[in-house]
Amino acid sequence: MIKTKLSPQEIKHIAILAKLEPNQGEEIALGKQVEITVEYISELSEVDTANVPITTQVTGLTNIFREDLIDKKRVLTQNQALFNAKRAHNGYFVVNAIFED
Amino acid sequence: MFLLYNNIKELSNDLNAKKISPIDLIDEAYTRVKKYDSKVNSFITLVNRNDSINTAKELLKVKTKNKSPLYGIPFVMKDAYVTQNIPTTAASKILKGFMSPYNATVYQRLIDCGAILIGKMNMDAWGHGASTENTDYGVTKNPWDQSRTSGGSGGGPSAAIASRFCTFGIGEDTGGSIRNPAAWCGVTALKVTYGRVSRYGAIAYASSLDTVGPTAKSVLDCAFVLEAIAGVDPYDSTSSPEPVPHYSKSIENSLKGKKIAFPTEFYNESLDVEISEAIFEAKKVLEFLGAKVEEISIPMLEYGIPVYYILAPSETSSNLARYDGVRYGGGRDLFTKETERRIMTGTFALSTSYYDAYYKKAQKVRTLFINKYKSVLDKYDAILAPVTPIQPPKFGKLLNDPIKNMTADLYTVTANIVGVPSLALPCGFSKENLPIGMQLMGSMFSEETLLNIGNMYQQETNWHKQVPNLIKD
Repeated sequence: MIKTKLSPQEIKHIAILAKLEPNQGEEIALGKQVEITVEYISELSEVDTANVPITTQVTGLTNIFREDLIDKKRVLTQNQALFNAKRAHNGYFVVNAIFED
Repeated sequence: MFLLYNNIKELSNDLNAKKISPIDLIDEAYTRVKKYDSKVNSFITLVNRNDSINTAKELLKVKTKNKSPLYGIPFVMKDAYVTQNIPTTAASKILKGFMSPYNATVYQRLIDCGAILIGKMNMDAWGHGASTENTDYGVTKNPWDQSRTSGGSGGGPSAAIASRFCTFGIGEDTGGSIRNPAAWCGVTALKVTYGRVSRYGAIAYASSLDTVGPTAKSVLDCAFVLEAIAGVDPYDSTSSPEPVPHYSKSIENSLKGKKIAFPTEFYNESLDVEISEAIFEAKKVLEFLGAKVEEISIPMLEYGIPVYYILAPSETSSNLARYDGVRYGGGRDLFTKETERRIMTGTFALSTSYYDAYYKKAQKVRTLFINKYKSVLDKYDAILAPVTPIQPPKFGKLLNDPIKNMTADLYTVTANIVGVPSLALPCGFSKENLPIGMQLMGSMFSEETLLNIGNMYQQETNWHKQVPNLIKD
């Protein structure tokens, strides 16, 4: 279905899916801008695409494999892997709790 | 004349003959940056001068036979390519100070040739923009008129080339990001065939559209850079095994017999009159050089924008999901409004109720574009098109207007959608002395032809040799 108006609930839903947390004022402004964009891109519905296949990539390549061998040049040490993390603990990345207790 | 006004071939000859050393080039580059970049702001990270001098000294210690033409040559990269020991930010606060544990393939290939990186350059964050205003590191001002944008998303590299801070740059083009700033800064840039250059280590914007390419003062310089960076990479499974021609060799072939298509729909009322006039003049030069330029019809042009602004935001919403502040970087609250808007648009287009009408529809129209361009490019060596519908705007004009921001990409997005290469080069100036660019699009892997046409045009014209008043003192 072609859509040009987005309700506040839909905007909120999209923000949740996108893991964005704008405050209420920002969400309204963002919602309006997204709506403008969606209205513009909805123009595509005018194009006749009956029986036209989708394109997912343009390389024409398929099944690019490599041997299941370790490439030592690309192995990171634990320190390298943790280096940019804001929170690390005993060699682990720290994540927000997902269980309540 | 300054060393950095010379082209790669001249510098390479002088370096080999030991008339100059890489240290001379580094010294001049840093002097120029210190003198002018405060007015332009093209750098996010300027490599420490002593480090660059040391790199040059290390280079001189090693006896290299058959030196690459890029040996000792200073270059910059859009800050979308990861470099060990030098921060990579993608112009976002999220990656401020991020130190990558590995090098992007394009960077590795260039330093293996002996080229010397002097900076990571300003851009629209994550590639999201056409004006280098969507950056957390201050806007990049157009060296030709500092009240105007340098274009985007790769404004930093283009502005640096225009200001002669270095010899070449590496940009990235997803919807026009290397061609738009080249046109607005009066320099040359190549959007390569998708898969021609490895994307390993390139911070992903839209993975089915992103390309890695060279920007420089001239087509010939771009050819030398492309020779060094093109070619299949086992680390990038979308990189092409297509052999890499010796681009700098066939670049002087006569244009007699070349057929160039001139799509009439591209030259309508939405196109700035001065840009249109400049391209009509360029058409005459190409004809003078022996090419046949014929009018054709490509009526689909206007649909390129909605196709791109569905596919790119969708793919970016997925690619930017990795920035969760856990393994690296800051939190998602640090995204700019423009980036949030693109993520939201993409999330919308991919969401269950709308996927078919938007994302899938865009993928089908993409097929129509591919078929149409193939039918044209089977008969023509190139399509001659404007790069942008407007001249470089004053600050704030694009960023605050979602529709204008999108339509600035009108002429550039189709090359990305289809995957074909396109060469952007200067073809004139407006009466206010703002650069005007044109582009030559070709079929897949036709870089050799495009570079040839562009180079012969540059042998006949001087637009690409002009420099902004800013650096003329």
